[in-house]
Amino acid sequence: MSLIGNLFFSSIGRKFIMAITGLVLVGFVFGHLVGNLQIFLPPDHINGYAHFLQDLGPALWLVRIVLLVCVALHIWAAVALTLESKAARGPNQYGVHKWLHATWASRAMRWTGVIVFFFILYHLAHFTLGVAGQETFKTQLPEWTMQHDAKELGITLAKKGEVVHDVYSMVFLGFQNPVVSLFYIIATTLLSIHLLHGVESLFQTIGWRNGSWSAFLRKVVTGLCILYFLGNLVIPGAILAGIAKPAEGTAAAKITAGTPVTAPAAHN
Amino acid sequence: MVAETSKNISVTIRVWRQPAADQPGKFVDYPAKDLNPNMSLLEMLDVVNDQLERIGEDPIAFAHDCREGICGTCSLVIDGKPHGPHHGVASCQTYMRSFEDNSIITIEPFRAKSFPIVKDLISDRSAFDAIQQAGGFISIRTGSAQDANATPIPKDIADLAMDAAQCIGCGACVAACKNASAMLFVSAKVSQLGLLPQGQPERDTRVLNMVAKMDELGFGNCTNQYECSAACPKLISHDFIARMNRDYLAASFRTAFKPKPAASGGGGA
Repeated sequence: MSLIGNLFFSSIGRKFIMAITGLVLVGFVFGHLVGNLQIFLPPDHINGYAHFLQDLGPALWLVRIVLLVCVALHIWAAVALTLESKAARGPNQYGVHKWLHATWASRAMRWTGVIVFFFILYHLAHFTLGVAGQETFKTQLPEWTMQHDAKELGITLAKKGEVVHDVYSMVFLGFQNPVVSLFYIIATTLLSIHLLHGVESLFQTIGWRNGSWSAFLRKVVTGLCILYFLGNLVIPGAILAGIAKPAEGTAAAKITAGTPVTAPAAHN
Repeated sequence: MVAETSKNISVTIRVWRQPAADQPGKFVDYPAKDLNPNMSLLEMLDVVNDQLERIGEDPIAFAHDCREGICGTCSLVIDGKPHGPHHGVASCQTYMRSFEDNSIITIEPFRAKSFPIVKDLISDRSAFDAIQQAGGFISIRTGSAQDANATPIPKDIADLAMDAAQCIGCGACVAACKNASAMLFVSAKVSQLGLLPQGQPERDTRVLNMVAKMDELGFGNCTNQYECSAACPKLISHDFIARMNRDYLAASFRTAFKPKPAASGGGGA
């Protein structure tokens, strides 16, 4: 078979595609989380960051297309491999079956994956497309005027005085809905469990795992997954519990206080 | 393992009975009474079969050969685990003292689409032979024995190759895997030769051909749950699967980009 044939139509090749696309997506979800944690900083931070991402233009679309292709390939490989494996096991099941070594996270991969997929669709509808939770979508809220220059890693994200979408308020208002927050918490918990097996597994698939460092790898992956879980818990969790309150002067603070915000928001 | 004991035990065995490949099977209970606890599980089946024959019933068909744990012929799933309760022990080396008095022991054949059941507890594992024939060898005239040190091999490499060569090809890895994947077997066979100098000339074609044959024969895909190595009577490590994955990917790239000799249609125009 050719190289492409080996990668796309052999058992190991498809697993490799699953691993590599998984690695890209893991990189994305960790970066995405770190970016989102700016919700706990003054509004300039996340609003400037969101403005910068929106302003990337073709580069943003390039990243989006790469991510969509990775998601598509990851799901395609998972479905193809699963169907083959189900067929390989055959119709006759064991009368008695004992699990010998498989972790619970590994046994839950298929359904954690499916639920996370539906969560991604909802998440895009919610915060990217504004189809779900339309009344608190960024385009429905008064715009935010940057109070200071927003800079990260030496890059200017947005300049003082620039008028940008108020992503900060959108997130605060979105997560004040308990059903929405709980769905986010459950889905990101399942994603953390998915990664618990997935990240370790990708090292095995690529061939970079062996007995001499597997215990260390397990610890690192478990630690990363716990951090990922906590980071994702704290955003909707702190907002829902009222521990994190929207900053003064934001649309979120006004709406929470019951003040109408149809007029442009006042700024200091 | 339980220490040798002299108190006889009685058990009920719940055995998969299937008259032929194309007929449905079912579990049937048989009493096995007053057994010497130091007899092997297969000897217990011999005793039960003896009784069945005396009353004119069809004896339970099961595969066995050396009964020393080295041939890989015995292939029983005992109480839900291929080769029974112990770690690194084949069915034939499992003794009745490992079971409680008056317990029910469920005995089934290895199950996988690529291991069709022939009769009762016997499954046809010739798919493994086909994988071996696809590359589990070295094409070389060995001639007479070389001097021991003619081809130096570091001790750790020799040991690792021997670990892989422990595989007796019993199929417990496939039987234990929820995906009926043969990757532990194939990775052991790929590695035992791929680690040694004599295996290098065919290293790439070996891994490519054996994996292609494994896929063609309908074995499932590895989900890195390591049920295989936990069930392996020879304790083959799943590290060999990682090694095979790396070997396969490297071989795929190397083969794609290596120049082809003129004789096989390559070369300049």
